[in-house]
Amino acid sequence: MTLWEIDIYPGEGQPDRLGDAVAGDAADLELASDLSVTAARGFLVQGELDETQAIQLARELFADGVVERTVVARAGDQRLSEPPNGKPQLLHVMLKPGVMDPVADSALNAIADFGMQVEAVRTFRKFWIPESSPETVSTLSSRILANDSIEQVVVGALELNRLQLGSPYEFKLLHVAIRDLDNDGLTRLSREGQLYLTLVEMQTIQNYFRELGRDPTDAELESIAQTWSEHCSHKTLAGRIAYRDENGEQRFENMLKETIFAATGQIRRDLGEDDWCVSVFEDNAGIVRFDEDYNVVFKVETHNHPSALEPYGGANTGIGGVIRDPMGTGLGAKPICNTDVFCFAPPDISTSDLPPGVLHPRRVMKGVVSGVRDYGNRMGIPTVNGAIYFDDRYLGNPLVYCGDVGLIPRDKSSKEVMAGDWIVSVGGRTGRDGIHGATFSSAELTSESESLSGGAVQIGNAITEKMVLDVIMQARDRGLYSAVTDCGAGGFSSAVGEMGEKTGAEVWLDKAPVKYDGLSYTEVWISEAQERMVLSVPPENWDEFESLCRAEGVEASIIGKFVATGRLQLKYNDNVVADLPMELLHDGRPPIVRDAVYEAPASVSLELPAPGSIDLNATLAKILGSLNVASKEWVIRQYDHEVQGGSVIKPLVGVENDGPGDAAVVRPVLNSYRGLAVSCGMNPHYGDFDTYHMAASAIDEAIRNCVAVGADPSHISILDNFCWGYTDRPETLGSLVRAALACRDLAVAFGTPFISGKDSLNNEFSYEGENGKQTISIPPSLLISAMGQVDDVRKCVTMDLKEVGNSLYIIGLTRNELGGSHFTLVERLKGGNVPEVNTDVAKRTFAAIHQAIQAGCLRACHDLSEGGLAVGIAEMAFAGGLGAAVSLANIPNDIDGEYDVAVLFAESNSRFICEVAGEKKAEFEPLLNDLPYAEIGEVTDTDRVAISGTSGESLIDSNITDLKESWQSPLRW
Amino acid sequence: MVKPRALVLRAPGTNCDLESAYAFEQAGGKADLVHINQLLENPALSREYQILCLPGGFSYGDDISAGRILGNQIRHHLQDTLVDFKSAGKLILGICNGFQILIRSGILLADDDQGEPATLTWNTSGKFEDRWVKLGVDGDKSVFLRGIESMYLPVAHAEGKFVTRSSALLDHLKGNGQLSLRYKSLHESNGHVPYPDNPNGSQAEVAGVSDETGRVFGLMPHPERFVDPTQHPRWTREGLQEHGDGLMLFQNAVRYFEG
Repeated sequence: MTLWEIDIYPGEGQPDRLGDAVAGDAADLELASDLSVTAARGFLVQGELDETQAIQLARELFADGVVERTVVARAGDQRLSEPPNGKPQLLHVMLKPGVMDPVADSALNAIADFGMQVEAVRTFRKFWIPESSPETVSTLSSRILANDSIEQVVVGALELNRLQLGSPYEFKLLHVAIRDLDNDGLTRLSREGQLYLTLVEMQTIQNYFRELGRDPTDAELESIAQTWSEHCSHKTLAGRIAYRDENGEQRFENMLKETIFAATGQIRRDLGEDDWCVSVFEDNAGIVRFDEDYNVVFKVETHNHPSALEPYGGANTGIGGVIRDPMGTGLGAKPICNTDVFCFAPPDISTSDLPPGVLHPRRVMKGVVSGVRDYGNRMGIPTVNGAIYFDDRYLGNPLVYCGDVGLIPRDKSSKEVMAGDWIVSVGGRTGRDGIHGATFSSAELTSESESLSGGAVQIGNAITEKMVLDVIMQARDRGLYSAVTDCGAGGFSSAVGEMGEKTGAEVWLDKAPVKYDGLSYTEVWISEAQERMVLSVPPENWDEFESLCRAEGVEASIIGKFVATGRLQLKYNDNVVADLPMELLHDGRPPIVRDAVYEAPASVSLELPAPGSIDLNATLAKILGSLNVASKEWVIRQYDHEVQGGSVIKPLVGVENDGPGDAAVVRPVLNSYRGLAVSCGMNPHYGDFDTYHMAASAIDEAIRNCVAVGADPSHISILDNFCWGYTDRPETLGSLVRAALACRDLAVAFGTPFISGKDSLNNEFSYEGENGKQTISIPPSLLISAMGQVDDVRKCVTMDLKEVGNSLYIIGLTRNELGGSHFTLVERLKGGNVPEVNTDVAKRTFAAIHQAIQAGCLRACHDLSEGGLAVGIAEMAFAGGLGAAVSLANIPNDIDGEYDVAVLFAESNSRFICEVAGEKKAEFEPLLNDLPYAEIGEVTDTDRVAISGTSGESLIDSNITDLKESWQSPLRW
Repeated sequence: MVKPRALVLRAPGTNCDLESAYAFEQAGGKADLVHINQLLENPALSREYQILCLPGGFSYGDDISAGRILGNQIRHHLQDTLVDFKSAGKLILGICNGFQILIRSGILLADDDQGEPATLTWNTSGKFEDRWVKLGVDGDKSVFLRGIESMYLPVAHAEGKFVTRSSALLDHLKGNGQLSLRYKSLHESNGHVPYPDNPNGSQAEVAGVSDETGRVFGLMPHPERFVDPTQHPRWTREGLQEHGDGLMLFQNAVRYFEG
């Protein structure tokens, strides 16, 4: 057995992509301005190979002979550590043992295809830098080269002679002595065992086992902790809450059920026979009707804590995980598009200002974008919609929301596990990765999290998931299984636990295929190793199912049987390692009443600068260049947004394909012109004023984005994703309940049902600062994602101005609502009124816009949001490459006194700007009926955005090229 | 009349198979999806088809480098099958990852004594990018491009920069009329095609390459992503064309067998 090392360097005259990227990052993070780096990709190959074979592999498999050169030698050989010119310092970065290494796995199979015998492959990266101090090496390692949660850095030559392959596991049944513990002991067990359960919950478990007269096994305790975790059970929001606000006190038995779910229930009842919801808040994703043959499903999840520690892997497995939700909905939906929304701290913070344990936001952003890109693109799912929000408070706790829409035949939209079915695991093997992800994500992050919870961080393997998808779609259409679900948080423990809730299940943990030896039964049970799905396969279909999987190289294993016992029994070989009633897991959690209080923050009146005292052209440019508004083209282009061939309205639109579209539209069925519009709404800044209006505004924004491109407002479904701080604090929970009340009210008023949702609580970061423990809590962050339906995509419109001479209209009322606006953000002003929603006017506005689009009256339509009217007009102009002349004189508003600045920048909801050709005006205006609207100007061939005030004076007069540059330059990375 | 049949080859990570098959059917052909394992087990399957299409995606994750692993599988196990396919006067089309696979497998450009004459390597921008490009057809070598002068199509790749091992090899391919499809500038540029019009930094702005017969063709842009008029990025401005620009490429392939 020989261990070969193959180093691959760029060839003569070829760019050093990897080395240059490191040098660029070092400059960006102010660590070194002119670092020169030479880098290589490397492979360690262990097997019965001679030198000729190793060289053959280097030439024919690993390296590209046209643009690369290789160094091949036995590991440890001197030739491997001969420095390239002037860079004596050598660093190797390799994945820690047990971390997913998809390239190594692929290489192993590819080598077998050469007919060579190899036992193991590992990848690494190799960096040469100029002579450096140990401090520099250490800073570079930790800040740029490696992530300690998954990777290790070896300084100097690689002294390895064998790759570790795991050691055999010796079965030993473990019990946890819980019966004799006092309260301190229970609390300690919860924390040190990474169970993250409350004392009352621990006491409940203790009492249960005291009555049984035995201690639980470790697998039993873990099963309970996983099922009862916040992540899996949503015990806070679906729990009892005593809520108090200015209207008095309300008590909820199940807060979500009585607000958001109840709203959907009411909408469905009101629709009666026209109800187009199919399954809501039940399955892994919400399901609604699409056309005669298909339903569509939608789910958005978050993956915040893993992304904070390892942005690439966290986001990678975040999108990988949410794709499995539609795949595990009904009998399996085909993913048709993705949506991704992120919240980061501003990327220009100085490295020296970072608290301990925090990754630089620039690195977080790059890692998250790459992680989403690599998974979504490989799965062949277009990423069509997204947004990025920036706020200092996301520094230690960035947010990563990933969503996926799926298409499912109507007759495959429900499932039922039958007792007697095999429990089948399909896809990836089980490893030690992702242990305690579910319980970890329910805990607060600290500067120690990195070392404490390394196992919770993973890397995905998109191709394994794509292969699973390919076989599931075929097996579904052949009717080979009776139920399917994804293995997400909690791994087998929650997948099997959920599927077997109504029957019972017997699981044979020794039968689960593992990545390497040494896993205990409990590790197999709770591992969150990626790319696994669990199916319930009737025994008579097993042969056909198994051979289908084998034909496509997908591993499928029977790991147990659904049984009509009502119990969850786990076995390892012949040993029973857990035996619990299903009802303990699903209904045994002790009810806790949580207090929630909402007190409105003291209102602060906004002091507007005196008319004429600020340069409004400069203000407009600043808002366009503010990070929330600025172009995200750098991100969007890295996502394949057109794969599957259904792209109708792309995320970037306009004469140069680079303007900010309101919503994306896709055609999921290629021979049909029926489409789906996908959009989102969010504004964390409004939450600082009132989370009710924040939530209302987010719903309004998500809907109006959809409506602006042509979606039918009577068939929009929405999702909620609450990311909040520490909800054990009554005021934090209070601000969330208040947002949920808005969700209820707005959904009912608009007839827009919530069909699924998810929450992520305790998003706080704490560290030891100069003045003791410091905690940063994220701002209340409610993402509303919307999925609209479009009868005929050929009627869709985009936001870019189309033709000189066309008229511009504003629809909707502009109010004195500058609170939380981007105007106040860039001008550093405080206070003001936060935008509210008049649901009656809004609903009629959405209907009118839709009618106008259906009638072909609109050449362009853009909703007004961040930055208000001025930003909306500017975006339409530079996206269309045309000028616009607009007057504020007739704009419908309810602002007293001097109002030009407010009208320009207020972010009042439910407003649109429409471009209408002269010959369509007579058809368009009657549609607006008694809505507030006005014709405010026209499209010009001037290359300028010119906005004049109430008394005719010029307020804005800017060149569209300059405006576009202000908007594009900040994030043109 | 019997419709010409296209074998659309699937492998782990292929993800443009359905829309590529759809494009062949829109063009009047009949397309089947066939998994690589099926073809490896029964190479004779290919005899039932006139067109072999290697669609886009990330075969085997593009692990190691794009198209390498599937390219090697073809070298090791399907070389004779594909050479026979070619010699029978049939057509082979590689789109994006399929182009990368054709290059890696030696099916498109045969190896010389130093190995592969050309490669598709990392974009000069260093990243995956999805954007639309203007394309011009050079010469009449490629069966797939007959009657086409220019096209507007999207690219979506990270490794699409065409590089030959030497400038002599590039000249040879050019002289032979094999550099059939080139990126064109959207603006006046006296011959130079700057980024992003040349989206990946390819030598000689090469977007697609023919073999010596003109019956094997690989290209980085995605013709199957513009067969329907609503796929154009500016149809809301410019109106709906009758067909997408990419459709004709598939029609050429199908019509080649209709006499």
